[in-house]
Amino acid sequence: MTRVREWRRHPRAGLVVGVLGVIAVALFPLFRPPLDGLTNDAILALAFVVMALGLNLVVGFAGLLDLGYVAFYAFGLMVTGWWASDFYSSVNDEKGIHVGTSDFVSNLPGIHLNFLLLIIGAIIICAIAGALIGLPTLRLRGDYIAIVTLAFGEIIGRVFANGDEVTIFGDNKLSNGRQSIAPVDQINLPVFGEFDSALNLRPYYWTVLALVLVVLFVNFRLRDSRLGRAWIALREDEVAAASMGVPLVKTKLLSYAAGGAFGGISGCFLGPFYNSVNANQFQFGFSIFILGMVILGGLGSIWGVVLGAVMLSFVNYWLIPDVLDGEFVRDKLDSLGLEFSFTEITFGVFGFVLVLMMVLRPEGLIPERRRQIELTSGTEGGLDEPGSLSVEARI
Amino acid sequence: MSTGNGSDALLATEHVTKAFGGLVAVEDVSFDVKPRSIVSIIGPNGAGKTTFFNMLTGLYRPTVGRIVFGGTDVTGTRPDIITSLGVARTFQNIRLFSSMSATENVMVGQHARMKAGLFGSILRSPAVRREEVEVRDKAREMLAYVGLAESQFERLASNLSYGDQRRVEIARALASEPALLLLDEPTAGMNPQESARLTGFMEQLREERALTILLIEHDMRVVMGVSERITVLDHGTKIAEGPPDEVRANDRVIEAYLGKREGGQQG
Repeated sequence: MTRVREWRRHPRAGLVVGVLGVIAVALFPLFRPPLDGLTNDAILALAFVVMALGLNLVVGFAGLLDLGYVAFYAFGLMVTGWWASDFYSSVNDEKGIHVGTSDFVSNLPGIHLNFLLLIIGAIIICAIAGALIGLPTLRLRGDYIAIVTLAFGEIIGRVFANGDEVTIFGDNKLSNGRQSIAPVDQINLPVFGEFDSALNLRPYYWTVLALVLVVLFVNFRLRDSRLGRAWIALREDEVAAASMGVPLVKTKLLSYAAGGAFGGISGCFLGPFYNSVNANQFQFGFSIFILGMVILGGLGSIWGVVLGAVMLSFVNYWLIPDVLDGEFVRDKLDSLGLEFSFTEITFGVFGFVLVLMMVLRPEGLIPERRRQIELTSGTEGGLDEPGSLSVEARI
Repeated sequence: MSTGNGSDALLATEHVTKAFGGLVAVEDVSFDVKPRSIVSIIGPNGAGKTTFFNMLTGLYRPTVGRIVFGGTDVTGTRPDIITSLGVARTFQNIRLFSSMSATENVMVGQHARMKAGLFGSILRSPAVRREEVEVRDKAREMLAYVGLAESQFERLASNLSYGDQRRVEIARALASEPALLLLDEPTAGMNPQESARLTGFMEQLREERALTILLIEHDMRVVMGVSERITVLDHGTKIAEGPPDEVRANDRVIEAYLGKREGGQQG
C-alpha cells in the first residue's frame, strides 16, 4: 500500500535486510559475557534510541523545538521510583501493594507494579505532561517554543530534586530529593520471569531492543499516515497547513504527547536498569544530549536518529570514559603535561562533535529523504523560505 | 453601502473591519457572494484584499463585523474548521509544503475529510488502509484534473516549475471539497496564454464542480472576462461594487487606480 517508496521498488530487499539486521543485533550479547561493559553501553545506547526517536517526532517531524525533553525522562524514571520500589513503604499498613511482581518483591513494603504496568503508567503520565507543556506554546513560534519548553524541563527537574520537601496524600513525599530512590525492582516479565542486572545483562538488552523495535514501528507508521503528513505540513508552513484543514492545536499536542510518551517509556526502562532513581540527573544538559542525537543523525530521519543516538551514547559511555580517559591517551597527555580527564569536559566533546557536524554535514548523518532531495537538487522553481512567510497568522 | 441582503448568499460579510493596532487594514466591508458565481475583489496594492481573505479563511479574526458562510456564522472560527465547512484557498505567494511531493501536498488538502486517528494510524486498520489508498487516488485524480503531467506527481513541490506549483496549489485546495474557492492572485507571474487558460479553467470549475469562486486579481483582462460581480477595495474600504461594466466606468475606481483627474471630467 503506501509503503516507503524505496521498499516498493525492492519489496523483498528492504524486509530481508531489516530482518537480518535485527537478528544480528539481537545475537550480539551472546558473543559477550553475561555481565559485560560493552553490553551495558549497548543497552544505554538503545534506551537513548527510544528517547531520541520520541524527540524526533516533536522536533524532526512537527518542527517544534523542544528543549525540555528531560521532563519526560524524569517522569518515566519517577514512575519506577514511585511504583516499583519501597519508597512509599507506609502504604497499606506497611504491607505494600503488589501487582504482578515476583515472589521476592511481593514481600517488600511499598508499591510494586509489574514492568508492563509501569510502562503504561509512564506513557499516560508523559502523554498528559506532553500535552500540558504543549498548551502554553501553542501561540508561540520557533525560538519562543524552545524557551518555554526549556523552562518546563527545568521546572520538572527542580520539582523532583526538591520533592522531599513536598508531601502528597498525607505524609508521602513526592520524591527523595537529591538522594536516590533505591533499589528499584528488577524487570519482571510474564513468561521470562525476573531479571537480575547483577548477574546477567542480556534480558535487559533484549527488552530494550524490543522497545526500540516497537517504537521504530510506531514511528514509521505515524510518519506515513494522515497525522505524519499533518506534522510535516505544520513544520513546512503552519499557515498553509491550517488553511488546508489541519487543526493546529490538536496536531501539535498530539506530537508533544506522542514524543513525551516515548521519553517516558525509555525512562521507565532505565529505572530498573540503573536500579535507582536519581533526581540529580534531571538537568538541562540531558535535553541537549538527546537533541544532539537527533541533530547528529538528521532531523526528521528515523534511521538517522537511530544512528545519531547510538553514536552519541557510545561517545558518552564508551569513547570518553574508556578510550579518551583510558590509559593510552592519558599517558600521552601526561607526558605533555596535560592533566585533565575528558569526563569533566563531556559536553565540550559533544559540542565539538556537533560543530564538526554542522560544518561537514549539516543535514545529519542520514538526512531525511525530503531534506536530502531539497539540499541536493538545486534551486529550480524553489519556494520561498518558510521562515519569511510566517508572519501572517494569529492563531 | 449595501449590506448583505439575501439568505441565498453562500458567503456574506457584514461590516467587517480589521485593525492592527492603529492601522485599519479593512474597514466596514459588507458584501455577499451568490452560489455558483465568480466574484472578484480588486484594488490597488495595500487595499486590504489579502487581509480580507485572511479573515474569510479564519487566519485573522475580524475586529468588528460578522462573516456568514452557508448560513453559519464563522466569524473568528478556526481556519481548519472553516476549511471543513467548505472554504478553500490558494495563496498570493505560493505556500506549498515544499519538502512534500505534489501528491502528498494534495493529500494534506484532504485532511479535514479523513478520519484516521493516532491509534488507527499506528495499527493501520483496514479502514485506515482503505482511506489512505482512496486519498492517494483522489490526490492523483485532482492533480490530473488541474493539468499536472503525471511525471510530476511524485516530485517535490519545491522542484516543480512555477506554473505547476500554481496548479498543485489549486489541486490541494480542491481536494478539500470546497463549496467556495478563494484564489489570491492566481495569475501572478503567468503569461497571457496561461492566464487565459486559467480563466477558462475557473469557468470549468464552476460548471463541473458547482464551485463558487472568489478571486483577488490584478490582471484586468482576467477580472473583466470572468467575473460576474466585482468589489473594489481602496484603503480598506469598499468604494464600488457591481458588474464589470459598471465598475469599469466608476469614477472612484478610476481615481483609486489612476489618481484624481483635474476638474473631475471624465471621457
